[in-house]
Amino acid sequence: MINTMECAVDAQSLISISLMKIHNSRTQRGGIKLHKNLLVSYVLRNARQVYIKEKYAEIYRMQQYEEVMTVCNEIQQLNPLELDAEDADDEEQARAACCGEDVSLCGSACHRDAAHTRTASALPGCSHLEYDGKEPEPSFYRSCCMEASPVSECDQFSANGRAHCNKTTVLDLDTHVVTTVENGYLHQDCCCDALQCGQGAQSPAKKRKVEFACCVSDVEELSDFTAARKRVKREDCSYTHPDYTDTSNISNLISIFGSGFSGLLSRQTDLEQICSKQVLASLGAWTRAIVAF
Amino acid sequence: CAFFVTVVDLIHFEHHPVTEANSIMISITGNCLSLTQPLYFTSVETLMGILSLSVLPPPPPPPTVSIFVSMSSSADIISTVEFNHTGELLATGDKGGRVVIFQREPESKTEPFSQGEYNVYSTFQSHEPEFDYLKSLEIEEKINKIRWLPQQNAAHFLLSTNDKTIKLWKVSERDKRPEGYNLKDEEGRIKDISTVTSLQVPVLKPMDLMVEVSPRRVFANAHTYHVNSISVNSDYETYMSADDLRINLWHLDITDRSFNIVDIKPANMEDLTEVITAAEFHPHHCNLFVYSSSKGTLRLCDMREAALCDKHSKLFEEPEDPSARSFFSEIISSVSDVKFSHSGRYLLTRDYLTAKVWDLNMESKPLETYQVHDYLRSKLCSLYENDCIFDKFECAWNGSDSVIMTGAYNNFFRMFDRNTKRDVTLEASRESSKPRAVLKPRRVCAAGGKRRKDDISVDSLDFTKKILHTAWHPNENIIAIAATNNLYIFQDKLNSEMH
Repeated sequence: MINTMECAVDAQSLISISLMKIHNSRTQRGGIKLHKNLLVSYVLRNARQVYIKEKYAEIYRMQQYEEVMTVCNEIQQLNPLELDAEDADDEEQARAACCGEDVSLCGSACHRDAAHTRTASALPGCSHLEYDGKEPEPSFYRSCCMEASPVSECDQFSANGRAHCNKTTVLDLDTHVVTTVENGYLHQDCCCDALQCGQGAQSPAKKRKVEFACCVSDVEELSDFTAARKRVKREDCSYTHPDYTDTSNISNLISIFGSGFSGLLSRQTDLEQICSKQVLASLGAWTRAIVAF
Repeated sequence: CAFFVTVVDLIHFEHHPVTEANSIMISITGNCLSLTQPLYFTSVETLMGILSLSVLPPPPPPPTVSIFVSMSSSADIISTVEFNHTGELLATGDKGGRVVIFQREPESKTEPFSQGEYNVYSTFQSHEPEFDYLKSLEIEEKINKIRWLPQQNAAHFLLSTNDKTIKLWKVSERDKRPEGYNLKDEEGRIKDISTVTSLQVPVLKPMDLMVEVSPRRVFANAHTYHVNSISVNSDYETYMSADDLRINLWHLDITDRSFNIVDIKPANMEDLTEVITAAEFHPHHCNLFVYSSSKGTLRLCDMREAALCDKHSKLFEEPEDPSARSFFSEIISSVSDVKFSHSGRYLLTRDYLTAKVWDLNMESKPLETYQVHDYLRSKLCSLYENDCIFDKFECAWNGSDSVIMTGAYNNFFRMFDRNTKRDVTLEASRESSKPRAVLKPRRVCAAGGKRRKDDISVDSLDFTKKILHTAWHPNENIIAIAATNNLYIFQDKLNSEMH
């Protein structure tokens, strides 16, 4: 159980800071320092654990709210004319109850979606829950902190995002052997982040952006400097000016990072085990990470 | 002819870190030409000479030159400090790949109570920056470690290493030179044979002492990762070098082969959980060595057991307190330095906040734990942000293994007496270090706590002033403290002998 009391910075910021360090280490003189990057990855893992716990607590609260809303709506259906006013009140109270503390997180999205589409909307920074009648997708859970994509955009892309990008290329610096490993499905983040990088991109452009977003995954793996260098040149997104608050691009890295350093993943708590299995099952990230041996 | 000019404007100054050339462009007053080409120079004196030659004399008298050019750079940061086995010599390595050796002056007979002070004995460039073209990596020239070999003849030998290559250097003195050659004259020019009428035997004549340093061996291409430690074996024939994942055993005379004795690289790099942080041979048993890991464990290995010492003989590990876990638990438990005691009975380790003494006979927990700067525990987050949490502090034993020493921030260093359980915090700074002055103990008080005079608050600590490298004379109470690019040598004249 990680004690977060003494830390002045919250988990999400720590994740951003850590990824920044890993990114900067690629350009440091003397090559990538294995020891330092390993320690940073431990901080990343710890921060992610805390973040996931916090978010799942949030989801649980949202679930409770959702149940309340379902009941409210059923009542409304029974008596649409009379109970509108009451219903509105109930909704307000229910909303206030669960969203009160975290207005900044889920407030607006909650209100909008719960009222109209009966969807508990994206928790900014993390899982994108869709309780749509059409697609109750557990595959939308993920262990990442994604910046809140506006719901509409994600909906738009959810239908499109079904490509297969699932390779891990590994270069062993000792033997100079390159091996390629196949992984899971496309990660939803790629599409959403591709959108952030270039609004409304067409398919060839989108493919390029997706490639970018996933190439950035090199960052948190201990990448071969050569390969990393080549990829850096192709980056044209706002990633060239990252700062600690630029979580939108960094969030993509986190999602991909879930597949790296699996030695760390094996030491997860139970809670994380449950959601991680779902996450990893659907984690079809472009994990074309070059791991330095 | 010499003359003076007034430098009006320093237009441009550049110091090239690799070639160490400096270039300067200045403009000059008066009716003379203004200098637009860069002047290249290596010292201020040379610059003055060049100026005096190339600028036309102006008419009326300008005042004297004042050229202030700052020559110190980050290449001067000291990265390692090591006494030799007698304590007569002290070697420092810096970030620019240079080694400076200090020698202790012999005690003067006229002043019996004034013990010898250390003066510069020799300076040489040990490593140069290199470029690995295959991996597109620059290899830093920074000297990570220096280790002296025990002296066996008049010359001294030391090993110095950067991230990839270890070199053996021979340091010898020359105070005589032969004179009276038959075929050459004193300047070395070949004599005209016809002028030679008789033969003479060359004789050795005394000359000014010259210290010559020459590379005797270069041990290269054995490490894929960054070398963090070297350690000479007590057999005086072999030594080991350790990088993040492997430890290699070398023979001092053989450079084209080394034996790998520890390899902790996992089959799948994604399973990597720990790296090697330091390694050292036992001072007496040539078959034993210890290596520390980033997880805070120590492993004692016996080379007699197997050729590959992946399986440890002893594992020293203190169980983690589960209630004390934080985001940074793994970082602060990583061991940054390990040192055997002179007796060989104990191990001294340093992690970010503590120094621990372990008994080789007890693996379950350390014998003693010393809090170096526990007041930083609540500041780990900001120390992580500014990268200070990754600083690797070294530690040292005194000659009798009764006192341990390690560095901290704000140019503070700490000593812990194992017998009296007393500790002291001292500062290495120019202001407090006049010759013959007594160092005043310092105290760090918690922010907002009761503050005594001369106490320093945690919030006013300067984290850019860190003492990472310290060394203790093998026999006497003399310590060498490296504070960024300054070396301090403190001698305890009252208690010169160990007790």
